[in-house]
This record gives sequence, structure tokens and C-alpha cells, in this order.
Amino acid sequence: MLEIKNLHARIAEDGTEILRGVNLTVKAGEVAAIMGPNGSGKSTLSYVLAGREDYEVTEGDILYNGESILEMDPAERAAAGIFLAFQYPMEIPGVATMEFLKVAMNAQRKARGEEELKIPELMKRVRAAAESLSMDMAMLKRPLNVGFSGGEKKRAEILQMKLLEPKLCILDETDSGLDIDALKIVADGVNALRSPDRAIVVITHYQRLLDYIVPDTVHVLYRGRVATSGDKELAVELEKNGYAGLVGEAA
Amino acid sequence: MNVQTQIKRTAAEEALLAAFAERGTKLPGDAKVAERREEAVLLLQRGLPNRKVEAWHYTDLRRLLSAVPSFDAGGPAAPRAPLLEGSFVLPVLNGVATPPLAIDGVAVSKVADRLADGSLAPLLRLEGSDDTVSAINAAFAADGFVVDVPAGAEVAAPIELQNIQAGGQVHTRFAVTVGEGAKATFVERQAGEGDAFVSSVSHLQVEDDAEVLWLILQEQPEGANHLGRISLTMGKRAKVTLFVMNSGGKLVRQELRIVAEGEGSELRLRGVNLLAGDTHCDVTMVLDHAAPHTVSTETIRNVVTGRAEGAFQGQIRVARHAQKTDAKMACNTLLLSDEGGFSAKPELEIFADDVACGHGATVTEIEADHLFYLMARGIDEKTARGLLVKAFLAEVVEELENEQMVDALEARLNTWFAEHG
Repeated sequence: MLEIKNLHARIAEDGTEILRGVNLTVKAGEVAAIMGPNGSGKSTLSYVLAGREDYEVTEGDILYNGESILEMDPAERAAAGIFLAFQYPMEIPGVATMEFLKVAMNAQRKARGEEELKIPELMKRVRAAAESLSMDMAMLKRPLNVGFSGGEKKRAEILQMKLLEPKLCILDETDSGLDIDALKIVADGVNALRSPDRAIVVITHYQRLLDYIVPDTVHVLYRGRVATSGDKELAVELEKNGYAGLVGEAA
Repeated sequence: MNVQTQIKRTAAEEALLAAFAERGTKLPGDAKVAERREEAVLLLQRGLPNRKVEAWHYTDLRRLLSAVPSFDAGGPAAPRAPLLEGSFVLPVLNGVATPPLAIDGVAVSKVADRLADGSLAPLLRLEGSDDTVSAINAAFAADGFVVDVPAGAEVAAPIELQNIQAGGQVHTRFAVTVGEGAKATFVERQAGEGDAFVSSVSHLQVEDDAEVLWLILQEQPEGANHLGRISLTMGKRAKVTLFVMNSGGKLVRQELRIVAEGEGSELRLRGVNLLAGDTHCDVTMVLDHAAPHTVSTETIRNVVTGRAEGAFQGQIRVARHAQKTDAKMACNTLLLSDEGGFSAKPELEIFADDVACGHGATVTEIEADHLFYLMARGIDEKTARGLLVKAFLAEVVEELENEQMVDALEARLNTWFAEHG
């Protein structure tokens, strides 16, 4: 589903190279964890996948279902089924959360040639998704993410993910700022989305989240490339020995 | 020895003076009105103001209004569907008021008749040598509506005053009095189809304890030049919301002359200026806090795209005895293009010592982070920008308690953005 080939990317503004030849393949139905120390390029990778303009791809390619997405803007990528759950979801004053959900869901449906959802059906879906994440509907009457606590923002991201039903989910440090109860709720939400035709990429600094979202593969990103890959045992090992041992001499 | 430098008149100045010479005597009015018109023309003879005149610094009228059309309309003008369903509509079409509608408990008459009998003569008085909008209007105003809401009345539906043009020149007056303790909502609609030159002056007198919501909706076509002015006087404890929305016109000047005359009066001024293409739009406010315990808030939000230019001049004057005045003014601009611009000039003149007055101005662009976030959810760039523009304006629009009005204005924001965003 996702093939990242020798991906090099730099910060557009100052030319600092962050990704230095990332190679990674994630198959449909797979849950892949990307771990790595701070500054290894994890968040950059998630932004580059989503199409953020602040980064420039200088070499390599990203194939999604066999086709390059480098020329697609973020909205086109999202409509094609790529979803990024942000590490720091933006607060957008003046944009009502419900209105935003309606516009986003219908924009994607329209891009896929599906009919727009009528308000009652939309409300039904939002209510069901909110309930499964123990979110208060009153929150959705507020402007998007404004005044939400860190945990509420993360839940709101998963809520959007549930509603938009993407094919490739990228979760960027979704566990940061969550207490254990919230973490379980969020993990349940993600696990409910596991399916043979969907791939999930979990970016995380700690192994903790992977106790709840058990990955099929684990990849360690270090200095802008995948230093090593393995299965979930690799995550356990990392937790025990830290990154230094694994990336070895380089660290 | 005095040296008189004779500046060559512009085509517009020539045309206005020639038009007055030709039409002046045929305009409605008694001797007092004729006298006022002559005074107005005296001001025009000195030429239109240029940027050296402080009040016109951001709008060099002499340069921008280089020519004016003849008085002939291009065709018939038709009334518009009101902004708010169920409104009483009073249309002035190509400068001529239609026969007044009977509104329960409200007296409505035509400006032409009230000029003829001289009763409106005092309203044609000018306020200073830079009062060019009043002067042009006073020289040529022929019609409009006079509306009197009696004390204690609560008008059942909004009253929409329409000034609709189909080209040529249109000079219209509205004079509204809202009696003691009365409540009313007005929409002043400035619109049309032609490349007209329009002046429109409104007088709004709000008596003690009365409550008024007055919405100015200027949506002239892109070839029309529009000079608007509202002169508002507030009595004791009067509460007025004045909402101005500009979304059209080529050269637009909207003046707001406000006097908080009565103790405890409250003004809420909100402005939304949507500027696109080659529009030049200037909103100039002069507000006198002339009594103690008067409160005012002014919030102006501007969205600028294309090569449009805008200006807001906000002058607040607090009289020596107007203690406990509370005034807060803000002017925020969202620039969507590199070629457009907006100037904000706040001015506070405070002669009382126990007051709270503040002002602020900001100019921002759409935040790239916000745009990315929305697009990452599949919302295309144009729609995403539209949501963010709407978000920028939502605060001022949604403050209006009237839900029907909020919906109607938001629909207009959407239409404007679909066309110009």
C-alpha cells in the first residue's frame, strides 16, 4: 500500500536535510510502528507523507497503491485515503467543529464521486463515533480544537479518522499527552479500524502505546533513515536497552 | 497681495457644477432648502478634496473621482428582495422614492415632499469644510424616505430602505427618528446594476431608551462610485448596533458620524469590508462621546484580495465632561493578496480624565498551519481558505443576536468568497 523509496527531504525555508534516504514498505492490513529518538525525522516523515509544503522532497519517491503522490496536494492525498493524526492538532478559532467535520467528510465523498451526506445521517455518524471515544458532543459545538485539552485534541483526531475512514492512517505521537485511560480509549479506537484493506503507521517515541496497538512490524528511524526493522519484539528490546544499543556505534 | 492659484477643475468638478447650474432650480425645495443647496455648491466650487485634506488623506477624491456620469439612468431599476424575509421594503429607484408603504404605527413620507415644504432644510446643513459627501448630496438630493417610529413602538418587522440604481447619478436621503423607548431594525441597502455615481446620506436619531439595529449593506457593482454617510445621534440610555458591510463598488467612501449625546448611551459598531478587484473602500468614523457614562465598541474586520485598497479612520473624541466613557476600537485586516493593502488610522482625542479608551490594529495573512490542517482532511485549498476567511469574520457577524440576519450575512460572505476568493 505504501512504498517509501530512498526518500530525501529538507526544510524548504533553510534547506536543512532531515530525511536522508528512507526506505519503508507497509502492506495493506499491516500495522507498522516507527520509533526513534527525538530529532530522527519521525514527524518530518509524517508531514512529508501528508504533503506539507514546508518540506521539499529532493530525491526518491512515495508510492501509494503503486502511484507516486509527490505531485498531489494535501487535500488530494487526503481524498485518496491518506490520513495524518497530528501530534499537535491546530486550534482554529471561528471554525465550528461540526461544520468542519461536515465540510471535510463531504469534500472527500465528493472527490471520490460519492453523494454528500445529509445532516441527519452525518449527525448519526458523528454521535456514534464520539460515543465510542467517550467524547462529549458539547465539545463538538466549540470551534475546532479551541480550548480542548491535549487528550481531547488527540481524541478529536481519532474521531476524525473514524469518520473519514482513510485507507492509510498515520498516527504521529498520538500517545503523547494522554493518561492511561485516554490512551486505552484512543488505542481501542485505532484497533477498531484495523482491517485487511487498511494500513496503519504508528509513530511513537515510547513503546507504551504499542502495548495497546500491537504492531506487525517495527522500524527504527535514526538520522533520517531506517536504521533497523523487526517485529514487535524489537520495540520491547528498545524499551529495555534504549536506542543507543540498537543504532549501535552510530549513536 | 494675495496670490490666487487657480487650479484647473477636473472633469468631475466641472460636470457637478454644470449639472447644478442646469438642474439646481428644478430640484424640490422651498427657499430655505435652496439656500442650503447654494451653500453646498459653494463648497464644491472650491474643488473636491485631495489627500492634503486630512479627512480625505487615504481617499484622494479629486484624483479618484475623475469623472462622473450624466444624470440619466441606463434603464429602470427594480427593488431587491429584502435581506430579511418579511421586512417592510421602502425602495428608492434611480433616485425616486416609490409610494410609501403603510407600516403599522410608523409614519413614512417622501423626502421630495419634505424638501418641498422645507421641513427637511435643517438636515441639508454641512458639517465643516471637509464634509464633501454631505455637500454633493445636499446639492442634488431629490428624494428618499422619512421614517418616524413613535415613542414606545416596537416595529414588528425590519424596515429595509433600498437605494437602487441602474446607472447615471443618484443622490438620496433617508431621515429616521426612533422615538423614546421604541425598538426597530433597519437595513440600508445600497445596490444597483449600473456604473453610477451615488451619494446617500442617512440621518438616524435615536431618542432616550430606544434600541436600534441599523445595517448598512453596500453591494454596488464594480463600476459604481459610492459616497455614503450616516449621521447618528443617540439619546440617554439609547442602545444602537450599527453594522456596516461593504462588498462592492469601485470607489467607496462610507462616513459614520456619531454623537453619543445622551448619558448612558451605548454604541456597538461592527464593520465588515470585503475588498476585491480594484475597489478602493474607505470607512471613516468620527464619534463624539459627548455625555458621561457612554460606552462604545468598534470592531472592523477587513478582507483584502486582488489589487483592492482600503482604509479605516476611526476618530473618538471624549468631551471634558464625558467622564466614565468606555470606548474600545479594533481594526483587523486579513490580506489575501500581495497587491492589495489596507490602512488603519485610529485617533483618540480625550479631554476627560476618568475614561477607558483603547484601540488596536492588526494585519495578518491566512496561517499556513491552519490551511495545511484543513487540507490534510481533504478540504480543497479554495474551500479551506474560504473557511478561514469566514472564521476571521464570523466573530463580528455572529455577535448579532438576530439569527436570521446572521444567516443572511453569512450567505453573502460565502457568495463573495466564491466569486473573489
